[in-house]
Amino acid sequence: MIKITDAKALRQIQNEIKENYDPQKKLVTICAGTGCRGYGCIKVKEELEAEIKKQNIDVEVRATGCFGFCEKGPLVVVHPQKIFYQRVKENDVADIVTKTVMQGEVIEKLLYKDPATSETVMKEEDVPFYKKQKRLVFGSNGIIDPTRIESYLAIGGYTALAKALSEMSSEGIIDEIKKAGLRGRGGGGFLAGTKWEGCRKAEGSPKYIIANGDEGDPGAYMDRSLMEGNPHSVVEGMIIGAYAIGASEGYIYVRNEYPLAVIHLTMAIESAREAGLLGKNILGSKFSFDISLNKGGGAFVCGESSALFASIEGRAGEPRAKYVHAVEKGLWDKPTVLNNVETWANVPLIINNGADWYNSIGTEKSKGTKIFSLVGKINNTGLVEVPMGMKLREIVYDIGGGIPNGRKFKAVQTGGPSGGCIPESLLDLPVDFDKLYEVGSMMGSGGMIVMDDRSCMVDVAKYFLAFLQEESCGKCVPCREGVRRMREILEDICAGKGKEGDIDLLEKMSLAIADGSLCALGGSAPNPVLSTLKYFREEYDAHIKDHRCPAGVCKALITYSINADKCTGCGMCIKVCPTQATSGEKKKVHTIDNDKCIRCGACIESCKFDAITVE
Amino acid sequence: MVNLIIDGKNVTAKEDTAVLEVARATGINIPTLCAHESVSRSGSCRLCVVEIKKGNRTRIVTSCLYTVEEGLIVDTKSERVQNVRRLVMELLLARCPESEVLQKLAKELGVDTQPRFVADSDKGKCILCRSCVRVCEEVVGVNAIGLSGRGSHKTVGPPYNENSDVCIGCGACAYVCPTGHIEMETTENKRKIWGRTFKMQTCAKCGKFFAPVDQLKFISKKTGVPLNELTVCTECR
Amino acid sequence: MTKASDIKLRTKEIVKKYKGDKSALIAVLQDIQGAFNYLPKEALTTAGKALGIPVSRIYEVATFYNAFSLKPRGEHIVKVCMGTACHVRGAAAIQDKMERTLGIMPGETSADKKFTLETVNCVGACALGPVVVIDTEYHGQVTMAKVDKIIGKMKEGAQQS
Repeated sequence: MIKITDAKALRQIQNEIKENYDPQKKLVTICAGTGCRGYGCIKVKEELEAEIKKQNIDVEVRATGCFGFCEKGPLVVVHPQKIFYQRVKENDVADIVTKTVMQGEVIEKLLYKDPATSETVMKEEDVPFYKKQKRLVFGSNGIIDPTRIESYLAIGGYTALAKALSEMSSEGIIDEIKKAGLRGRGGGGFLAGTKWEGCRKAEGSPKYIIANGDEGDPGAYMDRSLMEGNPHSVVEGMIIGAYAIGASEGYIYVRNEYPLAVIHLTMAIESAREAGLLGKNILGSKFSFDISLNKGGGAFVCGESSALFASIEGRAGEPRAKYVHAVEKGLWDKPTVLNNVETWANVPLIINNGADWYNSIGTEKSKGTKIFSLVGKINNTGLVEVPMGMKLREIVYDIGGGIPNGRKFKAVQTGGPSGGCIPESLLDLPVDFDKLYEVGSMMGSGGMIVMDDRSCMVDVAKYFLAFLQEESCGKCVPCREGVRRMREILEDICAGKGKEGDIDLLEKMSLAIADGSLCALGGSAPNPVLSTLKYFREEYDAHIKDHRCPAGVCKALITYSINADKCTGCGMCIKVCPTQATSGEKKKVHTIDNDKCIRCGACIESCKFDAITVE
Repeated sequence: MVNLIIDGKNVTAKEDTAVLEVARATGINIPTLCAHESVSRSGSCRLCVVEIKKGNRTRIVTSCLYTVEEGLIVDTKSERVQNVRRLVMELLLARCPESEVLQKLAKELGVDTQPRFVADSDKGKCILCRSCVRVCEEVVGVNAIGLSGRGSHKTVGPPYNENSDVCIGCGACAYVCPTGHIEMETTENKRKIWGRTFKMQTCAKCGKFFAPVDQLKFISKKTGVPLNELTVCTECR
Repeated sequence: MTKASDIKLRTKEIVKKYKGDKSALIAVLQDIQGAFNYLPKEALTTAGKALGIPVSRIYEVATFYNAFSLKPRGEHIVKVCMGTACHVRGAAAIQDKMERTLGIMPGETSADKKFTLETVNCVGACALGPVVVIDTEYHGQVTMAKVDKIIGKMKEGAQQS
């Protein structure tokens, strides 16, 4: 990649790339995000390449980033027809190449089949999962090669940067971001433009900007896919932001658990530097800026801004009191703007299309789109990007395809360990920052964990407390000791040892922990408990008063038994039982000895006749 | 100078002073555990919290770190504040059931043990205020002890929990520890701390044992003052 | 067992790579762990001297972050994902099964030094849940039967999914 000397040269290169691009050229894209790699997509890709070589045809095979429909991976799209194939296996490849690529023939069994209508869908944009989405930030993930800057330039990448540096002033950019109403996508939802302005005005130098890629909320992986699939969108956003704020150094802090994101971001930074888009006098301007990449060490708390700073500074990730804002004293006590990677990726869009366009999308106070990870007990697990304000019901049912295995919707957990559960009665809630707060939850980074009638809400609260106890930095008493004690009470409740007064105590402790904790980890730790108590009080009562787990989850409160009507005496459960709790003769109804049974679930998993009941 | 209101009283104070100091100067008692005059503030015990009001916004902050501002309204005894203090004490009592210091403080604050919290037996009297770590780092400069682990597994001590080979036996950590958790035993010519035994130096003038030899060697190295000039106890100097 | 002198040499090289920058401590430790599969004591003392950071500080950082192990780890690192989506899909039962099958608890290494079991809080592959990551390979939709199959094959000597 040659060095791009100014905005004019950038346009020239973009035009050259576009001129060389033949929209009718045969191209096969395959999703190569971490999720699909788990499905073996790399082997499928290699098979595609081998088959194409064998057939001696001029077709490009492009590994792209994650484009969201994770439930149905590996995903292959044949261009230019945009034929969308899902659950592609290695032995499907020969047909894909010889039939679809070479002859345009569609392979029915690889098409997406709508479970409601049983109709197959040919094109990606017609797949119900994608139809209602508005993939502004995420859209390019399915088409670009994240390891090549040329691919990003081909779709108009870095146009926003050229515009910002050659046509706009720093203050003008901040005004535009303010006007657009962009709010942080990491959880805080703070107005980005206000933050940038505060930093610009602050005294001190150098100034820093940081992209928070420490996506720690379990079940949320939007940032992973963005960093893997379109790393340049984050880099471009950061360069524009640095110019607006007057920062000369930037950091991208990536979770240790995202190795592919680290690789792709590193490549993006290096190629941007080579192209002169990072470094001194960017695009012929007086502005100089560069980015370093830091890997996290495996600590959820490092998603908190002051803990993240400590980590970059080489220290243990302990937050500190935030009585002086980070925009005045942040990294190394210098003015710092920290924004989530998704927030940065929205910046080029706003600069290219204008604030007015941006704030025509979304609700009054929550503008633009948001990427959510829709996971858990849902048919169409994946990443969805929708305009702020879409109803939860639409997301769960129209896009998510509803609950699998005929089970009933129970709740959606949003906002990770800082958030809360939203019950069925609130499914018509428009999803935006403020509405989620109003019902006792929050948007957080965008995780949406769907639960069904077999999910125990007390167990969910206990799970989050256990998570937070493990991830607490341990500095302050309310969090370190308080969350631990709350968890112990929840463990007791789930073990049938709950006491009268436990719920009152949990509520009282919740207020004090929320008030007394040093940072938002402890400060929001009580939320899952409070929200499940608010909407699922009867489950808590059943656990404490009746020693019953209505969802059939809490081991101490359930028993397994064999349904005599369904048991065929096949012996599978005896084979897999780790404690020899099941017994019986061949072809005769088996029984379970509940004194030996540890409720591990192995028998349920192995029984082909659904003969084991939980109560 | 700034004007603020603490517990209904009008107060004038120097800018950049912590609310804790200003409140104490007016005779208002705010309990603390992790604040010590010799070391920097950590704001970790949360006992000194107060409720502040700025404009329309109220907030719970630690008075040891929050500095006074013009027009600030401070309530050192609001219900929210008392709830936090009560919980902190209940949690610490459960963590360190043997600590007399905590029991006394709890009594002063009118807090009882919370029977629902099962008392720990493996934490000693350590409340993880980290004053010992800070004094060893900031004042002495030896860094013999530090924090390790995370969350409820956090502990204080020498790395690997092994006898420290850089400790100079000065005892500053034991001195600043609010609960007496750090065991230091000084007999005639020996001091035992952090698993090591230190030889004590006799005063060249009066012959009394007064400081560990290692400590004096360290001071000599740090300041450049010859060791033989340091072997006189503070009383005889 | 790597010789102490080799550990010291390699550690010094790593510190040099980061130009002795104190703030690069976490990256230094990550490289040391990459080289030795854990953080040997000699490496920490050498790094301390080379970076000018007291050992107590290095120990604090090494024990704070999940990425680091102060004990030698096994040939294969088995990580069970305990993220919320995996939890809701039965990860706890898979963890229990893994503990029974390997005979160790999270954080421990098997006696034959072949396996180390760890839990990880979400690897971001939620559609595949429950997920188990073994070394660099992601195994999805793990069932108890799959655990037997995967570990069985590994115990025989070849890692396959």
